[in-house]
Amino acid sequence: MTDSVITAEGVAMRFGPNLVFQDVTFDVQRGEVFVILGGSGCGKSTLLKLLIGLLPPSAGDIRILGEDLTHLSGKARRALLGRIGVMWQSGALLGSLSLAENVMLPIEAHTRLPESARRLIALSKLGLVGLGDAAERLPAEISGGMLKRAGIARAMALDPEILFLDEPSAGLDPITSAGLDDLILTLARETGTTFVVVTHELQSILAIGDRCIMLDKEAKGLIAEGDPRKLRDEGTHPTVRAFFRREAKPGG
Amino acid sequence: MTSPVFQADTQDVATLRFTGTLDARQAGDLWQAAHRAARGAGHIILDARAVTQLDSAGAALLVSLARDRAEWIEPEAAAPRAVLKRFRDGLGPPRPPPARRPFAPISRIGHTALLLLGRLGERLTFLGEAIIAGAGLLPRPWRLRWVEVLRHLDEAGTRAFPLCMLLGTLIGVILAFQASIPMRQFGAEIFIPQLVGISLTRELGPLLAGVILAGRTGSAYAAELGTMRVNEEVDALRIMGLDPMSWLVLPRILAATLVMPVLAMVMNVTGLIGMGIVMGVLGYPPSAVLSQLVQWLALGDLAGGLGKAAVFGLAIGYIGCRAGLSAGRGPRAVGDAATAAVVGGIVALVVLDGIFAVLFFRLGW
Repeated sequence: MTDSVITAEGVAMRFGPNLVFQDVTFDVQRGEVFVILGGSGCGKSTLLKLLIGLLPPSAGDIRILGEDLTHLSGKARRALLGRIGVMWQSGALLGSLSLAENVMLPIEAHTRLPESARRLIALSKLGLVGLGDAAERLPAEISGGMLKRAGIARAMALDPEILFLDEPSAGLDPITSAGLDDLILTLARETGTTFVVVTHELQSILAIGDRCIMLDKEAKGLIAEGDPRKLRDEGTHPTVRAFFRREAKPGG
Repeated sequence: MTSPVFQADTQDVATLRFTGTLDARQAGDLWQAAHRAARGAGHIILDARAVTQLDSAGAALLVSLARDRAEWIEPEAAAPRAVLKRFRDGLGPPRPPPARRPFAPISRIGHTALLLLGRLGERLTFLGEAIIAGAGLLPRPWRLRWVEVLRHLDEAGTRAFPLCMLLGTLIGVILAFQASIPMRQFGAEIFIPQLVGISLTRELGPLLAGVILAGRTGSAYAAELGTMRVNEEVDALRIMGLDPMSWLVLPRILAATLVMPVLAMVMNVTGLIGMGIVMGVLGYPPSAVLSQLVQWLALGDLAGGLGKAAVFGLAIGYIGCRAGLSAGRGPRAVGDAATAAVVGGIVALVVLDGIFAVLFFRLGW
């Protein structure tokens, strides 16, 4: 029996007259690392915003852990938000708070733990992403790679069932990027956390992805779904082949 | 029921036994009670053998209870054991407390003094760079971006006219009304134009125009340049071989310097109109008001005020640009730069006005 933590049925999104994608259908299984990939401007980050309930879809139905986040409100919405974590592309840490205080924020919002407990959890999470020594530093005082790792620590603060990562490797050097991939794999395997990763970094996709979907700007929807390694070796769609072989698009 | 329970030995050893699920909710409920039970015990036996589910909050509770004086009985189930291990891995080995600095208050005074000296040095460096860049442009004025100067003249000047006119008129009205109360007692209402005229042209016109410029334009300069700095646009200019002083700073400072006398003049004229309205209400015809102004207002009053205004504009432009270009990183930096520009601009206005007052007094103007 399958255990879907996310289901998307016939999802479409348009901004005014501009259609971003339509008829997007997929599901994400518990414990897998699911990658949303595609070229620039295909709507990957928009799809992520739909999944986490920041934007309502123009059409279709999205369920996270069995609930429709866009139509939830009050305590039910709050409870569901406590079960997911999001790492933003830029880290999105609050500039006036130290890294530890940033990680403590969701714990404060969702639990009744005292400050000493929140701090202990924050230090542990920051230690897990290799930032134990930078806990009291401000976001402006650390590098881009550290910002991303701090963003992951904050997203993990509540031990979420699903972690959404928006472009975790973008702008990072290969070593830091590989370290981040290792961290994601370790967490997925050890904690059973489901990861939904939006990226177009080929190395990362192949290293961490159990399954993926590929969006395409011209097709305005899904053009492939499955194991990324299989898509690389057996994909027949010209855009999929071009993407995985890092080729210029045919006719493009 | 699988809720966690305690057993606290009343002797020297406290046995804290947890069973079942130890998650964020349970940990929050139990935190105070568990720590109360552990407090004062010389030795703690932390029995987590029967914990079946654990999250980070539960692990935090166990680890905070244990510290370095507990005897652990680890969870038997693999999952909570893994959570506990990961939590401990994240915390790493205990860190020694930071060493206390000897003579901390004295060293703090020293640090503050060095910081202030450093800031003064930065201001002087910026001023020096601006002067050098300006002097370098004197023989080649066409190298200045005059389009930018015009844009800033429009933004700092033309667009500030309505505000200056409104405030000027109101200030004139207020000054005339306030002056009329004591002057009526001496039958000296006819001298209100003289009082308001001199106050406006020598002091209030330039000063209030300066406050408007600092609030509108100084902060805008700081925010715009601060954002450019945060976005590394200033570094990009430098790398392209373009001097940010000539490109960004001098057009703004020049525009602020040129626009200030005009704003002060607008303030003066509308203030006098406001005063004239009040005099009309008090029963004095425009001819009487005008003759008073012509008789008592000297061209020197006006010229001195407008000259002061130009210096105010220079200072406000300089302070706004400096605040923007010295902005730090992060989202707070731009806000801090804008605040520094407004506060610094207004303080500079008052200080310069005081210097001018002493100077004019000495010169007998």
